[in-house]
Amino acid sequence: MTGLFEAIVGPGSLDYIINLVIMLIIILLKIAAVVAVALLHVAYATYFERKVIGHMQLRLGPREVGPLGLFQPFADGVKLFFKEDIIPADADKPLFYLAPVIFFISALTSLSVLPFFDGFAVANINIGLLFLFAMSSLGAYGIVLSGWSSNSKYAFLGGLRSASQVISYEIAMGLSLVGVMMMAGSLNLSDIVRAQQHYPLGLFAVPQFLGFFVFVVAAFAETNRLPFDLPEAESELVAGYFTEYSGFRFALFFLGEYTGMLIMSAIASLCFLGGWGLPSFVTAGLPVVAAKVLGLFWFLAKVYAFMFFYYWVRATLPRYRYDQLMAIGWKLLIPLALANIVITGLVKIWIKGMV
Amino acid sequence: MEHSEPVIEKPFETKELTISMGPQHPATHGVLRLVLDLDGENVVKCTPYVGYLHRGVEKLGENRTYLAALPLSDRLDYISSMNNNVGYVNAVEKLFGIEAPERAKYIRTMVAEMGRLSSHIIWLGTHVIDIGATTPFLLAMTERERILDLFEMLCGARLTVSYPRVGGVRNDISQEFLDELYEFILEFPHRIDDYETLVTENRIWKDRTVGVGIISAKEAVNWGLTGGMLRGSGIDYDVRKYVPYDAYDKVDFMIPVGKDPGDCYDRYKVRVEEMRQANRIIKQCVENLPAGPVMADAPKFTLPPKDLVLRDMEHLIHQFVLITKGPSVAEGEVYVGTEVPKGELGFYFVSDGTGKPYRMRVRAPSYVHASVLPRLCKGGYVADVIANIGTIDIVLGECDR
Repeated sequence: MTGLFEAIVGPGSLDYIINLVIMLIIILLKIAAVVAVALLHVAYATYFERKVIGHMQLRLGPREVGPLGLFQPFADGVKLFFKEDIIPADADKPLFYLAPVIFFISALTSLSVLPFFDGFAVANINIGLLFLFAMSSLGAYGIVLSGWSSNSKYAFLGGLRSASQVISYEIAMGLSLVGVMMMAGSLNLSDIVRAQQHYPLGLFAVPQFLGFFVFVVAAFAETNRLPFDLPEAESELVAGYFTEYSGFRFALFFLGEYTGMLIMSAIASLCFLGGWGLPSFVTAGLPVVAAKVLGLFWFLAKVYAFMFFYYWVRATLPRYRYDQLMAIGWKLLIPLALANIVITGLVKIWIKGMV
Repeated sequence: MEHSEPVIEKPFETKELTISMGPQHPATHGVLRLVLDLDGENVVKCTPYVGYLHRGVEKLGENRTYLAALPLSDRLDYISSMNNNVGYVNAVEKLFGIEAPERAKYIRTMVAEMGRLSSHIIWLGTHVIDIGATTPFLLAMTERERILDLFEMLCGARLTVSYPRVGGVRNDISQEFLDELYEFILEFPHRIDDYETLVTENRIWKDRTVGVGIISAKEAVNWGLTGGMLRGSGIDYDVRKYVPYDAYDKVDFMIPVGKDPGDCYDRYKVRVEEMRQANRIIKQCVENLPAGPVMADAPKFTLPPKDLVLRDMEHLIHQFVLITKGPSVAEGEVYVGTEVPKGELGFYFVSDGTGKPYRMRVRAPSYVHASVLPRLCKGGYVADVIANIGTIDIVLGECDR
């Protein structure tokens, strides 16, 4: 059998194929682990949000389903799964089906390049940051198509708002991260985290404070959260682009939005807040595995701190108007981000000149 | 010779998008329907359609005796029914030519100001939640809950109270109620401070409301605006000061005014200050509450106490006549305007000498304020429509009647 196989495809190729298969299995296992864990985190991000905002508003949040309401996300999921799937008359059916899928898939795909701890990412590619931008731009298609295909004026307006918002803030966000790229000298997220270890406090947020500010504002706009939740401004456009969606298709938008928040928090954590990087005096005496586990928790703590910030802002601020949103994006954030790039470049040249 | 037509390029055609906002919409506070003609995000034209909550209150009033039509007024502006009751009973008392005793007047002033607080709390919460901030709404609702609890303690009802009656109030108040109320009004100014911390100086809030829904003092008068809408434009007209009724001439309070021309932010400031003033009025009423009866001694016009009806022949006859035929009123007409949270609520009665009004007309501030909405929204953005709906502070129950 082996002889016959080698006779056909050449000597040594069986080992190659076996290695390939093993690698594929490992990657699939990694993907399964990341998707499962991430979706669990997303489910509990909704619970976390409802609890946090509830307590900020003198309420208790969910507490009926399971102990302390801990099974609430599953109850919501089951409810949405069994709801009737309503498609509006005269909707563009193929696009209507496709839109939430695009939105959700693009959010999930972004997870693949995130390094959760030292040396673990589903795809440790050298253009990780660019890939994230590409995927978040792709998500805008889901929003625009859902608004267009619903054959509803509210959804249409929501889709239009979202398209212009995402495009405008994509630029600001991309520019805000250029400073990070210049300092790290890489687009690979793992390299960016490692590069931060040499800076004060192990954070890029300190030297790149301008970039960090622009990034945080743009991240709120990218994920359509208050104070920039105009595409789904419920008091104006009912529910914005997903007004006509129900049941599981609505759930896909919902999950996509929270996955997007998780990813933005992860980018903030990796690019500005030092990711999994622990101070060397902590990791010095520890075995490698323990250091990595500690790093994972350190990373998650930062992600959740950022998520908490999302919720906090949502409980505090009102919503901007459309023209004000555009003015902030184009007249404030983009010039600030550009200034940040220039300053970073000048400082880099100056330091080089000193050496 | 070849004649060539000049090629005229067809201009690129753009069509206005017409959307129907309401009657079922999260921001229209009930069943207001706005048809908006949009050019992109700009509002070209805004047309309000009212009448979805029309119940014929004015016509119903003609078929009931003066005493029995009181609960209809509860259902006008159903979030401040106390104030409507006070307006109704003041008009009927003027028609009857009777006057409530001093204690009843103080109690009415007190409960009317409590109604004003509960209405302004709803206005603040919904106005702010429409602009996107959820927390002040829920914080404010806890305070409204306390006021409704106090109403329940007072008369058993929370929403449609019918507590003020023609000739006085339904029942005397207890010491327990006064203690609870006093505790509440000592605490409430701090709660207003809490809301103001979240909203007043908030940059986004100011961006959304300053310069939105501008109306000058002259225009405001010409449109017939009253209440916070008028005072927001800098005119200090308040029925409570200019034509005092109940005990308003015996309490000390201030009329907050905005500037000319006023915008949503001015009206916001005016109404928040009104809450503080209402609190002051309640405090004075509780402190200076005189002793005495709470119902006028006018057996031809006011219902006798129930225990006397069961024991005494004369009272039984009065009760029977008042319920079946209604009080005998002289022919004539009367208009009384009172200051409700939304503006000036007027009741106009035409009497033909029978126990039922020939005509009952309600001058509803919400209706007038809804009519100014196209003027406020024109030329603004879609988001400004939401701010304007919040700022005019209308209740459709009163608008449609």
